[in-house]
Amino acid sequence: MASSETLTSQEYIKHHLTNLTFGNHPEHGLTFATTTEEAAEMGFWAFHVDTMFFSILLGGLFLWLFKKVADKATAGEPGGAQNFVEWIVDFVEDNVRGSFSGKNPLVAPLALTIFVWVFLMNLMDLIPVDLVPYLFQKVASLFGADPHHVFLKIVPTTDPNATFGMSLTVFFLVVYYSIKMKGVGGFVGELTLQPFGKWGLPANLMLEGINLLSKPVSLALRLFGNLYAGEMIFILIALMYGHSIVMSISGGMLQLGWAIFHILVITLQAFIFMVLTIVYLDMAHQRHH
Amino acid sequence: MNINLTLILQMIAFAAFVWFCMKFVWPPIVNALAERKTKIAEGLAAAERGHKEQELGAQRATTIMKEAKTKAADIVSQAQKRATEIIDEAKQDAREEGARLVHVAQAEVEQEANRAREELREKVATLAVAAAEKILEKEIDPAAHGAIVDSFAKQI
Repeated sequence: MASSETLTSQEYIKHHLTNLTFGNHPEHGLTFATTTEEAAEMGFWAFHVDTMFFSILLGGLFLWLFKKVADKATAGEPGGAQNFVEWIVDFVEDNVRGSFSGKNPLVAPLALTIFVWVFLMNLMDLIPVDLVPYLFQKVASLFGADPHHVFLKIVPTTDPNATFGMSLTVFFLVVYYSIKMKGVGGFVGELTLQPFGKWGLPANLMLEGINLLSKPVSLALRLFGNLYAGEMIFILIALMYGHSIVMSISGGMLQLGWAIFHILVITLQAFIFMVLTIVYLDMAHQRHH
Repeated sequence: MNINLTLILQMIAFAAFVWFCMKFVWPPIVNALAERKTKIAEGLAAAERGHKEQELGAQRATTIMKEAKTKAADIVSQAQKRATEIIDEAKQDAREEGARLVHVAQAEVEQEANRAREELREKVATLAVAAAEKILEKEIDPAAHGAIVDSFAKQI
């Protein structure tokens, strides 16, 4: 915790912002990274065990729940779980119908997956920052690991790998459908021949290229930034605990307030990611001018 | 906060989730929703039809009731008419029968009176003859003067 003598505030924050990384370290071989520096030294071919574990766990939870309902889906009177699932499906379908004019059976399930998955991953932010890492450290120390070098970040969306993973997949879909709908020529033409006509080709390419590339970057960074900042504030609030009774109580109040406000943020971010994905895919399906 | 292999693994996981959702989760739920929508629409249409039919039925019932009422009134008035007729006929019959009876009685009375008169006449004749015999005693020969007495009796 924050007040533990062995950790300064700086170390505490840094500890909380480091993923549990597994990879091939040039000196220690195939192992978990024990410091932030070691994680960096592992280079590209390492991966974040915590991000993968929690994102797949939550994605699996989402699909398991929805599949269970889908298997028993009836046109008659819906039960409690079906009602809840139908409510979300209806909401997503409404958004897709409102923003997406083309015909593509992929878009609605994609939007649903993004909305629920991102929401669940964001939801992990509301679990007290120290709870799961603390338990994990206890468990890890049973296996002989040094608890101060065991990292765990339970919110996958505070890992840019997760947000960029999604936004790049969306980006590839945008490019794929742009080419499929307009042909290679149409897609390249869209990138190079407007808005200034063929004589302004370099300027067009620069403008449209930035326009195109900004989509996945903004999509990923918006989600990442919001959740990272949110988590950071939780960590800073957590630093207040244990200094004095007054600080602890006000820290508790702050955490409660921020968590309540954060319910809005996590839902909103999941919604924005979904809507922008729909809009980008809609633009990919439309012919310009 | 390093960009590393996690990125690619996340992309694979994401694609797999979307594929699974598109293949096994989305269609059944959306189908169920669409099916329910049609069911509700059909139910509403059926209700509407039922409502109309009920209205029609009510109208038909009113017409039939009106017809029945008119018919009943007709029958009643006809029956009343028939009753008056029957009464009139009966009155007429009775009157005729009465008249006939009176007639017969009068005839009988007349007959009776005639017979009585005849008897009376004969008796008077006999009495007169007897009286005359007593008065005249031998002076009158009943055989010779019978014709005169008869004519006399007839004049009574």
